[in-house]
Amino acid sequence: MEKRVTFSSWTIGILFAVPQLLLIFTFFYWPAGQAVYWSLTLQQPWGGGNIWVGLDNFRSILANADYWNSITASLVFAGISTGLAMFVALVLAALTDRQLAGSRLYRVVLIWPYGIAAPALAMAFRFVLAPEAGFMAVINQVWPGFWDPGLDGADAMASIIIAFSWKYVGYNFIFFLAAFQAIPRSLIEAAAMDGSGVMRRFWDIQFPLITPTIFFLLVINITESFQDSFGIVDIMTSGGPANATNLMVYKIYSDGFKGLDYSGAAAQSIILMLLIVVLTIFQFRFIERRVHYR
Amino acid sequence: MVERTPFLNFFTHLILFVGFVLCIAPFVVVAVAASHNLRDVNDVPMSLLPGSDFWTNIKTAWTTADLGPKLLNSFIMAAGVAAGKVIISALTAFSIVYFRYPGRTFIFWLIFVTLMLPLEVRIVPTYAVVANVLSPYQTILDITGLSWLIEKVSGVQVSLSLGLLNSYTGLILPLIATATGTFLYRQFFLTVPDELTEAARMDGAGALRFFIDILLPLSRNNMAALGTIMFLWAWNQYLWPLLITTDQSHATAVTELKQLIPNVGGIPEWNIAMAGTLIVMLPPLIVVVLMQRWFVRGLIATEK
Repeated sequence: MEKRVTFSSWTIGILFAVPQLLLIFTFFYWPAGQAVYWSLTLQQPWGGGNIWVGLDNFRSILANADYWNSITASLVFAGISTGLAMFVALVLAALTDRQLAGSRLYRVVLIWPYGIAAPALAMAFRFVLAPEAGFMAVINQVWPGFWDPGLDGADAMASIIIAFSWKYVGYNFIFFLAAFQAIPRSLIEAAAMDGSGVMRRFWDIQFPLITPTIFFLLVINITESFQDSFGIVDIMTSGGPANATNLMVYKIYSDGFKGLDYSGAAAQSIILMLLIVVLTIFQFRFIERRVHYR
Repeated sequence: MVERTPFLNFFTHLILFVGFVLCIAPFVVVAVAASHNLRDVNDVPMSLLPGSDFWTNIKTAWTTADLGPKLLNSFIMAAGVAAGKVIISALTAFSIVYFRYPGRTFIFWLIFVTLMLPLEVRIVPTYAVVANVLSPYQTILDITGLSWLIEKVSGVQVSLSLGLLNSYTGLILPLIATATGTFLYRQFFLTVPDELTEAARMDGAGALRFFIDILLPLSRNNMAALGTIMFLWAWNQYLWPLLITTDQSHATAVTELKQLIPNVGGIPEWNIAMAGTLIVMLPPLIVVVLMQRWFVRGLIATEK
């Protein structure tokens, strides 16, 4: 879409874009380019020379079992938390859309968790899921040793998944509800007149019509699970126990800033960037074509 | 409602109520735990009736994590990011939509690409840039031979250096350098009728006047939505402030939470930790509750 009426002065037009361009050059393009450069060289932290090593950094990372462990953990985390957050949100939004009494209340309250900072909610869940105090302790009293995120990797993974999903149910709920409410009521009513029940209307009318939203949220949830998980992991598990929750962004942080391995961290950043770019392109290219639009 | 479905209605209410409880429960647990004394909070199971130590715990958490100045830092950062976004995105969108200069499409794509890579995945090099924000320009001068030329001609050795670690500018600027708001404004500007622009031009208004007196007042709703969402987003940032505030004086409330994690030895002071958590989660929650309309609108609009 283009404007028919525009202003003729080129200089003023370009001047308006300059602040943004300066910012993204300094804080986006330069660092991104720097990351590529570092990933191809061996850099001594805080100065010193850079030695060109080609793809060696990538080779050593990809040969590292810890890195594959981190990728697996990230994928498990992304898969389960996205599935959980989206499924729960879809059910809640579909039911809220039936507009029974009290649905206004749910609409207001269910999005509160999304406003909370990841580290703050991580702290809350660290307490709720603590093995010695809190509520899981009750279960631990009945079956001693049933739950301990500090020792058991699976329990730790479950904890961060619960915390992340809790936040993103609210987010997904908003989008699902907006999508449901954009479906004309007359469609639903016509189907009801033809004798279709609630489930049939859901599967044959509402579900196909909200598929664009589902795919959109799928990509957003997966990319967010790569980024927004950092605060949750850092507060709840610090990547442990035994690297069970050492997700990719957390590993970049700990390798780069704790281990001072800039080149390794840069190479990991590049791999993560590629992953996210592929996901985004996938969203734009393929997903948008295969779904039903009205 | 289309038909009578008593069973389904019952289940609808049941499931929604369970969802409601699960959504509220962590808030309630945090608030209740913050009101217990050390012994009660470690009781198994913890009593859900509020204790009497609420204010003592809040005070302890406040002083332990030094939350007063930290909340102020958080506020300055969040307000700075929100204001910066609202202004800079408006300027850029105006330039992209209302002008026809060569390279406009290129600039559009330059900005669009920034949507793809969040700050988290390029933290290490961004950190290096913020440590000396002029280093990109220094390198460019060095590589192009300009610094050599300047040194030959004027005898001045060029070494640009400006560190932004532990400063509000360093906290705020990198968080503004994305395209999120630009497209929100762009979509809106495209819906502003051309007749309005024509009329303004006929009355002798230039680009600047049109922007300030007509376009900006029309975008007030967008500004509120974008401002709300950006304020929350910036308030909740964790990784970035954690990295660049090596000095306590510029740390934010969210990063200070880590100070309150109970250590493993001894009886964990969960009541203090929860009091601190409550203080940190309250401001964004208040913003969400009061600005709900703008929040939802901003959320849906910025992502599309």
